[in-house]
Amino acid sequence: MAEEIKLMKGNEAIAHAAIRYGVDGYFGYPITPQSEILETLMAEMPWETTGMIVLQAESEVAAINMVYGGAGTGKRVMTSSSSPGVSLKQEGISYLAGAELPCLIVNVMRGGPGLGTIQPSQADYFQTVKGGGHGDYRLITLAPSSVQEMADFVGLGFELAFKYNNPAIILADGIIGQMMEKVVLPPFHTRRTEEKIIAECPWATQGKTAGRKPNIITSLELDPAKMEENNIRFQAKYRKIEENEIRYEEFQCEDAEYLLIAFGSSARICQKVVEIARMEGIKLGLLRPVTLWPFPKKVIAYYADKVKGMLSVELNAGQMVEDVRLAVNGKVKVEHFGRLGGIVFTPDEVLNALKELIIED
Amino acid sequence: MKQEIIIAGFGGQGVLSMGKILAYSGLMEGKEVSWMPSYGPEQRGGTANVTVILSDDRISSPVLNEYDIAIILNQPSMEKFEKKVKKGGIIIYDGYGIHTPVKRTDVNVYRMDAMDAATEMKNEKAFNMLILGGLLKIVPMVKLENVLLGLKKSLPERHHKLIPMNEAAIKKGMEIITNVQMCQ
Repeated sequence: MAEEIKLMKGNEAIAHAAIRYGVDGYFGYPITPQSEILETLMAEMPWETTGMIVLQAESEVAAINMVYGGAGTGKRVMTSSSSPGVSLKQEGISYLAGAELPCLIVNVMRGGPGLGTIQPSQADYFQTVKGGGHGDYRLITLAPSSVQEMADFVGLGFELAFKYNNPAIILADGIIGQMMEKVVLPPFHTRRTEEKIIAECPWATQGKTAGRKPNIITSLELDPAKMEENNIRFQAKYRKIEENEIRYEEFQCEDAEYLLIAFGSSARICQKVVEIARMEGIKLGLLRPVTLWPFPKKVIAYYADKVKGMLSVELNAGQMVEDVRLAVNGKVKVEHFGRLGGIVFTPDEVLNALKELIIED
Repeated sequence: MKQEIIIAGFGGQGVLSMGKILAYSGLMEGKEVSWMPSYGPEQRGGTANVTVILSDDRISSPVLNEYDIAIILNQPSMEKFEKKVKKGGIIIYDGYGIHTPVKRTDVNVYRMDAMDAATEMKNEKAFNMLILGGLLKIVPMVKLENVLLGLKKSLPERHHKLIPMNEAAIKKGMEIITNVQMCQ
């Protein structure tokens, strides 16, 4: 039987998807524009159906450390917040990466810095893909651009997190979180049994069985030589992720003379820009990075040999554009266009910027 | 076929829920739909607006340059959105909330005295359904039966007893909408 098509907000889709993907625990603290994730989970009461725990923690810091504890036992655990709250979680995220624990974090970005606004923004790109917390670590970063992807990326996020023993993050924004669209939710997956977790996650602290050494979950290693070994192992893992897990979407790129690069809600707006530009006879395409880390460098380098210019369109002051320029390596002109602090550009504003900064220059 | 609609007014006028019911009706009709609110402190007294798109094809951007239809329920929204209606497009406004006439002559303008009608019905909450009725009279983008299905989907079950009242308000809205200006 075909799954029913539902209409819901992106935030609600994340909550429903979490229950259906057999998540064991959600730990969060309310903040606009993502509060519907916690609200929907509370309303659905999954602890009575799937046994999933939903807990409103006393703070974002507590929530991310609950995730650390849950992840250490091999459970599928997640948290969500918006920009200021995600800043609070950074220490915990660095610890999770250092202890190589799989988990899912959701950031529904709002305008900053500081408490900023509650309107949509993409200004946490740097924080997410370049660190945020301390140390040489990486987060597998998925950028949904539809309510459907909000649901799907819960599944994909956990799949990748457990494949590589690394935290994954869904980097969304207020538009995708708050807008309603059609969505087909995933089928129900039952939560894994303790036996299955022990079999799948031999590193998990599930109670020591006879004949094996205790499992220790820690990011601490006081011997620098061993700590370097750990770091070398992390880096080898990151290279493997870069090799295997890059995802992107191309929109009318085949014959494009100019290219927009945009992720998340900006990529939706840019699709309309491409439609309008094509009607005006401008051969414009859109490349949408779906994974922001690993970043789709190779495909951007490929198009650097084919197009006359690229415009990186972001709801920030110019962050992803740095990665686009690294990929392009000076072969073609790359500029940035954005609006700041919670203001969202219209398709016309983007098209005018393209003409001004790239085509007519 | 694609309808790009902005509904704008004060928080509390039922702007967002009217958009939601329209979106659900579109879903029932088998259309592609998108509902994007201006969320935030506006919901508590300032201006609130929602963009609703109903389309036979995939919807690219939920953020638009201009609209086919603007439903304008207070003066600040008129100032903001009158200029963003497409040439030949439609403005529907509530007579109670708007003090200055529409200046543009290249759009079709309709007036509704929905606030008065709601007061007459002794049900101010029917306001947004009256407006929805007026909209559907001018542009029958969804069938009434699908609106009722949409209402059922968007209202919690404990409120389903209110559906006949909403249906009555929609039908009343179809009667009270009047044409003020055809586009030149």
